[in-house]
Amino acid sequence: MDNVGGIAGRIFAIVAAPVSLLVEFGGGAELLFDGIKKHQVTLPCQPEPWHIRNLLKWIKQNLLKERPELFIQGDTVQPGILVLINDADWELMGELDYKLQDQHNVVFISTLHGG
Amino acid sequence: VGQCVRPACRAGGAETPAPTAAPTMPATCSACGSSPAALRRPKTGHALCRACFLAAFEEETHRAIVAGRLFRPGETVAIGASGGKDSTVLAHLLQLLDQRHGYGLHLLLLSVDEGITGYRDASLAAVRRHQRRSGLPLHVVSYRQLYGWSMDRIARHLGPRNNCTFCGVFRRQALDRGALLMGADKIATGHNADDVAETVLMNFLRGDVGRLRRGAGAGPAGGEGAVPRCKPLRHAYEKEIVLYAYFQGLDYFSTECVYAPQAYRGYARALLKDLEAARPSAVADLGHSGERLSLRPDLRLPARGTCQRCGYVASQPLCKACVLLEGLDRGLPKLGIGKYRRLRDKLRDGQPLTQEERRRLGAPAEGEPSEEQEPRGEPGTDEEPWGRRELRVPRDLDF
Repeated sequence: MDNVGGIAGRIFAIVAAPVSLLVEFGGGAELLFDGIKKHQVTLPCQPEPWHIRNLLKWIKQNLLKERPELFIQGDTVQPGILVLINDADWELMGELDYKLQDQHNVVFISTLHGG
Repeated sequence: VGQCVRPACRAGGAETPAPTAAPTMPATCSACGSSPAALRRPKTGHALCRACFLAAFEEETHRAIVAGRLFRPGETVAIGASGGKDSTVLAHLLQLLDQRHGYGLHLLLLSVDEGITGYRDASLAAVRRHQRRSGLPLHVVSYRQLYGWSMDRIARHLGPRNNCTFCGVFRRQALDRGALLMGADKIATGHNADDVAETVLMNFLRGDVGRLRRGAGAGPAGGEGAVPRCKPLRHAYEKEIVLYAYFQGLDYFSTECVYAPQAYRGYARALLKDLEAARPSAVADLGHSGERLSLRPDLRLPARGTCQRCGYVASQPLCKACVLLEGLDRGLPKLGIGKYRRLRDKLRDGQPLTQEERRRLGAPAEGEPSEEQEPRGEPGTDEEPWGRRELRVPRDLDF
């Protein structure tokens, strides 16, 4: 019977609200996304919370139009791409492990182009 | 790098931690202690809020300018403006700091149009927008006007590689010519710490002792051209320049040059980014290594002279731009690329080249039509490239 709390918790997780985000690309990164800088996305419901790590995978599968190696390297972004979460450096927020919430804003800025 | 330090996060998402343990809000600014931090500075690891970062970045640039004695009151400074992030931030900062600290400078924007369709035309539009917002005078010099060759046309003759050699050599001279034309005493470029670090790496990888002796590309001022140069942003990390522009809402243009994927610098840049990920201070440290380098005293190094044809600085009888241009004009585009001294001497002595030798120098195959040279403009009009000999007497130009 002491499983009831656990099971109830999982049921709540499964029916948790989807996460809506504003995802932006700049500094030339938008060229990999058909030139579109702002994307309003709604991530599907799932039992696991949405971390940046799985957001990246989702972006690769659903938004990225070309040359994935210029955006993603292995598990993380290509070195030289800055990530801001709600206008703050993701290095202050746990990077890939940051847990996204509804109405958050994530910005990917490429630094790799000429100045 | 890559792992949050809080144990609750490292355990992964399966065990939902208590809300206060997960980092949904960043740390507090270490400078003002009140606002939430907006970035972590790569060099120091300090967390700063937006306002403190902007103030620190501006103040550090000011100190670098003063400590390096980069400018004197009354000087006219041509800012190399490409429309990209570095030169946009540089122009914005110089204008701001000049007003705030009373440098007493006449600032102007100088742009180079290399003739790369889809790249330069769009970035020049960004420069013009900046010019309208800032009120600074703007002058544009073009390769077609100066040399009779646009980069697009060069690439058609040369192929996908080695374009950057032409572009870099031509741009250096084009900036000098443009600066002299505008009466500038100095050229300021937006090279950042990452650029400097990449250059140091490249010079090492190529064993370029001439450049290694001159500080491997690091150091505040360059005296190699006709007009003295400086790089006020040479200590600024590229990440901070991008974030400064982002937080200030500065409008800049960013696309990769269409010819860049083949450039050698790309390899140095990739290496630098990986090094930076492992140890962020590597970028600044490489710059310091370059500046502090000294070479063995017994090395024979190229001497500095002048080009016999145009008077520009050169360590050979002809400057690099003249050699490249001669190759293009003769239909032998590879004349200046690679070691073809024997063939160049043959040409200089008026001896004919064999078909095989011409092919090695990039001559079009038999039967291919040769192109009309792009018109340079009529003498006496605005389009005329002013004579190269004028470089010898920079201030006595008569237009």
